Amino acid sequence: MNYEAVIGLEVHVQLKTQSKLFCGCATEFGAEPNTRVCPVCLGYPGVLPVMNAEAVRKTILSGLMIGCKITQFSKWDRKNYFYPDMPKNYQVSQYDLPLCLGGAVQISGKKLGVTRIHLEEDVAKSFHFDTTSGVDFNRAGTPLMEIVSEPEMRSPEDAFAYLTALKEILITGGVSDCDMEKGQLRCDCNVSVRPVGQEKFGEKVEIKNMNSISGVKRALEYEIPRQIAALGRGEKIFQETRRWDDEAGKTSVMRTKEYAHDYRYFPEPDLMPVTVSDAMLAEIQKLLPELPEARRQRFIYQYGLPEYDAGVLVANAALAKFFEKAAGKNPKAVANWMMSVSDITTTPIQPTQIGELVTAIDAGQISGKQGKDVFAAMLTTGKSPAIIIQEKGLAQVSDTGALEAFCEQAIAGNPKSVADFKAGNKAAVNALVGQVMKLSKGKANPQLVGEILAKKLHSA
Amino acid sequence: MSLHINTITGLRAKLQRGEISARQLTQAMLDRIQAVDGKLKAYLWLNPDDALAQADTADLTKPLGGIPVAIKDVLNVTGQPCTCASKILHGHTSVYDATVIRQLRNAGAILLGRTNMDEFAMGSSTENSSWGITRNPWDLERIPGGSSGGSAAAVAGHEAIASLGSDTGGSIRQPAALTGCVGLKPTYGLVSRYGLVAFASSLDQIGPFTKTVEDSALMLSVIAGHDSLDSTSVPAPVPDYREKLNAGVKSLRIGLPKEYFIAGMDQEVEAAVRKAIQQLESLGAEVVEISLPHTDYAVAVYYLIATAEASANLARFDGVRYGARVRGADVLETYSKTRGAGFGPEVKRRIILGTYALSAGYYDAYYLKAQKVRTLIRRDFEQAFQKCDAIVAPTSPTPAFKIGERVDDPMQMYLSDIFTISVNLAGNCGLSLPCGFTAQPKLPIGLQLIGKAFDETTLLRVAHAYEQSTPWHKERPAL
Repeated sequence: MNYEAVIGLEVHVQLKTQSKLFCGCATEFGAEPNTRVCPVCLGYPGVLPVMNAEAVRKTILSGLMIGCKITQFSKWDRKNYFYPDMPKNYQVSQYDLPLCLGGAVQISGKKLGVTRIHLEEDVAKSFHFDTTSGVDFNRAGTPLMEIVSEPEMRSPEDAFAYLTALKEILITGGVSDCDMEKGQLRCDCNVSVRPVGQEKFGEKVEIKNMNSISGVKRALEYEIPRQIAALGRGEKIFQETRRWDDEAGKTSVMRTKEYAHDYRYFPEPDLMPVTVSDAMLAEIQKLLPELPEARRQRFIYQYGLPEYDAGVLVANAALAKFFEKAAGKNPKAVANWMMSVSDITTTPIQPTQIGELVTAIDAGQISGKQGKDVFAAMLTTGKSPAIIIQEKGLAQVSDTGALEAFCEQAIAGNPKSVADFKAGNKAAVNALVGQVMKLSKGKANPQLVGEILAKKLHSA
Repeated sequence: MSLHINTITGLRAKLQRGEISARQLTQAMLDRIQAVDGKLKAYLWLNPDDALAQADTADLTKPLGGIPVAIKDVLNVTGQPCTCASKILHGHTSVYDATVIRQLRNAGAILLGRTNMDEFAMGSSTENSSWGITRNPWDLERIPGGSSGGSAAAVAGHEAIASLGSDTGGSIRQPAALTGCVGLKPTYGLVSRYGLVAFASSLDQIGPFTKTVEDSALMLSVIAGHDSLDSTSVPAPVPDYREKLNAGVKSLRIGLPKEYFIAGMDQEVEAAVRKAIQQLESLGAEVVEISLPHTDYAVAVYYLIATAEASANLARFDGVRYGARVRGADVLETYSKTRGAGFGPEVKRRIILGTYALSAGYYDAYYLKAQKVRTLIRRDFEQAFQKCDAIVAPTSPTPAFKIGERVDDPMQMYLSDIFTISVNLAGNCGLSLPCGFTAQPKLPIGLQLIGKAFDETTLLRVAHAYEQSTPWHKERPAL
């Protein structure tokens, strides 16, 4: 029997705000344990939360970027469960009235639906030592957005593309840096399999503990065949949570359905509901950036770039920005040069200098081959192409008088090539061009040389 | 010189005229505590040196300059223990000031010490305290009411000039009634809850115990007002609540809820309340009958919503970050051992009840239904207040009962609050003041006045008019 996978993703994204969601503590990665804490984020007796409006705005902006409907009356709820990384043993989250509903993420060829986006507080981080455990509460209370997808992905590649596109969008909007190593973006998968053609979903399994986008893909590449094989053996799949072990490349059971939490959600009485006015929504709408997909399309049409080039440039916001400044009259050539730069943020090259390099080549001042040397020098020195060409004495000879002399010399010294050409072997002219280049020590403009030789050979 | 029997208003005059110093007054209170607290056990914690040091630097020009005030053990004061009378917080020291504490300090008050209460404010008798019971100054064999029993007994026993308590279902008004002082529960949102250890967040309010209505108005003026640290605090200007105290009750309509005179109510209490209503009428108020039709459901609704919120609010006491910890083999066992040993039986009962009410499959039938009925109760008050300016009712169906009398009967204990909890559910303000005494033994009876939301001005005005025309507030327990 043929099976297909049904995949849904729950993505947690830490928002890039100055302070935590319900107190004034800094959101800072890598500080000494328990130094970015206060009575509020430690859940001391008697404290109360105060909502960070910037976190709400960034969540709404995220929603707008992926076409969500913004809930103009949403509220906070308490999600109850005991765990040492939960200061209050309940998490302030949003249950039935999240800030954003609906929406979709565009990947090549299709749109993948988003169910909802809600805002909640991040938990602390547990550390386990030989005989004891410790909790670092610096992270506790960081604004955390949960983006829940529709179960519309059908392959590990879909999931990979969805996460990549989502990450690009969130970075473009300045909502989060989405650095998975720093835990700024975390992803849980829900995956089931069903016989192709069957409408009803199979029993779903949740997979946790992936720490990169490719890890998500690998986990799915392991889990989907595992489920199919189990069904093939006549076994049943049960609803459970599995942990991905990246080193072993396997998933294993974490907890079964019987141990599923009853979170006992109820409205958070310490916070007022969130009302998003039309004016506030309009303000946020003004912040909407051009999204990667739209930008890709624009690069293709406006600059005439191939799809591949547009994709590479847009995937990196800094690269895209640099490109737009550099594009000039020959954007395709500029793109080619730029794609060879390993890190655009640290390069000493100014965007206009790439344009100058392309112009120098297009105008025949230097050859394409020489351009490579110039570019290499630009990368290491940061000097302008004009200065490098001058310093290296690379300027091409386009003076027709000098070139004619070289051509005469080449024709006189290579009677065999001339004879071959006249006998109809048009390629024989290349040997003559080579000769001229040699005579000019590589500085002759090869295009001009070709034209002069052709003229002379025809008239001779 | 028995300074301790004075009111805030009286003492401020003496302090400002230089007749007494703040140190003298504080010392007088400490002497009084020394003399009677062995019997009353209103205080859990005192720091005489600190109190005297505060007195030495008190700014007497401030509204409460030099006035010694007692604080319920549920409010955070930097450097002081804050146990909520629970074993689970034994050894815990506050690291910050509650907003009301900051306001008291700014107003020049002297923080005298911390008073006993029912554990986490859950109870109506102050018997649910891990530190032992507090006694009623009028009869040491009886309870002072609860949960703010220590704060009530401290003021009634003249061990403090005023005190702060918290009221979730009657925890200020009921003990005020049972000890013969003035207890005010402000409108929800008027006083910041920041620093008040939460029992039920949507019901809790901090309020003062005082010897007179005027003192109550003065205390409220200090603690009321918007606080950016409490999102449920209402951004509205705070009037001077003393301004209209003497405006009288002429032309005011006082509502009499027909549902509040129930079978089983103590006859002397009913008689005293009815007499108080006549008194208000004779002062020129118009008494109108009103109806609060959903009153019967208030106790049930309250014990679902309050316990549901409490089940989450008290989850943080797990021994991980502060307070007592009883080690177990793993984290789960540490939780259950810590909470098993740390919480008393009434707190456990309410956590279990609240957890149940929120559980999958029961939420709709209990918590959600209770919220809907709560809305109906709130509407009852809104409609009633279209016909009247204030409502009058008994505070407690009985006077102070004997220690141990109701500890084995939670339902009977819960009914102590039957006239007060609707006010918390609706969010309105309420006040209890003395309206007489039972004959044998002589025990105070409380009259409850209920005001429109944020209309403490009218509430205090009616209370003041009644108080000034009756002798009850002048009575003192023989200790």
